[in-house]
Amino acid sequence: MTTEAKKVLLDPLIENNPIALQVLGICSALAVTTKMDTALVMCGAVIFVLMASNVSISFLRDYIPTNIRIIVQLTIIASLVIVADQFLKAYVYDISKQLSVFVGLIITNCIIMGRAEAYAMQNGVGSSLLDAVGNGFGYSLILIATALLRELFGAGKIYGQVIFPAVHEGGWYYPNGIMVSSAGAFFIIGLFIWLIRTIRPDQIEEQELG
Amino acid sequence: MTEHYLSLAVKAVFVENMALAFFLGMCSFLAVSKKVSTAIGLGYAVIFVLTVTIPFNNIIFNFFLRPGALTWIDPSLAQEDLSFLGFLCYIGTIAAMVQIVEMTTDRFAPKLYAALGVFLPLIAVNCAILGGSLFMVERDYTLIESTVFGLGSGIGWFLAITALAAIRERMRYSNVPSGLRGLGITFILTGLMAIGFMAFAGIQL
Repeated sequence: MTTEAKKVLLDPLIENNPIALQVLGICSALAVTTKMDTALVMCGAVIFVLMASNVSISFLRDYIPTNIRIIVQLTIIASLVIVADQFLKAYVYDISKQLSVFVGLIITNCIIMGRAEAYAMQNGVGSSLLDAVGNGFGYSLILIATALLRELFGAGKIYGQVIFPAVHEGGWYYPNGIMVSSAGAFFIIGLFIWLIRTIRPDQIEEQELG
Repeated sequence: MTEHYLSLAVKAVFVENMALAFFLGMCSFLAVSKKVSTAIGLGYAVIFVLTVTIPFNNIIFNFFLRPGALTWIDPSLAQEDLSFLGFLCYIGTIAAMVQIVEMTTDRFAPKLYAALGVFLPLIAVNCAILGGSLFMVERDYTLIESTVFGLGSGIGWFLAITALAAIRERMRYSNVPSGLRGLGITFILTGLMAIGFMAFAGIQL
């Protein structure tokens, strides 16, 4: 693998993470991370849609008229999301019910539009695929880490397996309600951003001056 | 009957706030909340577009997509279920409505158009708009209910982004740890606001 391809593939994991640095795809990252299984299914769906949309948009990039490119991209993405949604409904119905509107919201997930607009419209099919895989996994990394912490401290479980037996089930662990609520998700992602920027100080933002 | 709509509106504004309880429209929520004036502009545009698109998608869902909805064209179509086309139709409607709203305001209310400016086109890909339509379908609202819901959730989103922008304007004077500056502290602020909005939980009219 060439260095260029490696860079496209690995950069989005930490160096240029879609959630922590590019501020893309936050909505779903916060909403589906109360439990590991919903987070994993969501990651799978997003990686699939991202790869398919990046490949097809990059394939068509010379034929899409610039003026109506947003509509064309949205149509391609919406069709792919319909495929993903029908697939989830057929094979993991329970989880698809729990994800409710958030599967549909993959359409407006900024990662997909953002990568299509910023990368797939200018680059070849092969590197667009690598870019999609890299960004998909960068997104999944944050999602799974957040879900892990929220499920562990919010319910004392990891992937449904009891780690800390909760008090109301006869154990000793008092589940932390904040973790399950929406506020917990914001705190955890905020702290992740702090962690990543402590490791990589070049990502620190300038002090905003008025 | 009025009470029912009032309660739905209060629920949409406070209890089930689009931004703070469902995390919808987060990308623009975090990106466009640096100044109060721009946040207000985007907020107005969201209220406007939500109030228009949700009832419109409600009509599309009830007359074309819902299982058996096509009977008004021909009774033999009673078995047809087009609901799988939902996503494509809603996003198409939203993109088209945003375009129409943009052209109409430009023609008839140039002042409003100038105020909304660049935000209108941005809104087509704001997840709060699509999310509103999907919630409307999932909860099976009537036409009037969906109008109230659209207006209410728009106002809720407007309140949340204006409040966040006001806090962020103040943040300039505080000494934030360098790694948290910008995005990090904004997340934590939003989390604290979400806790604040949790106080509204359980309010019934």
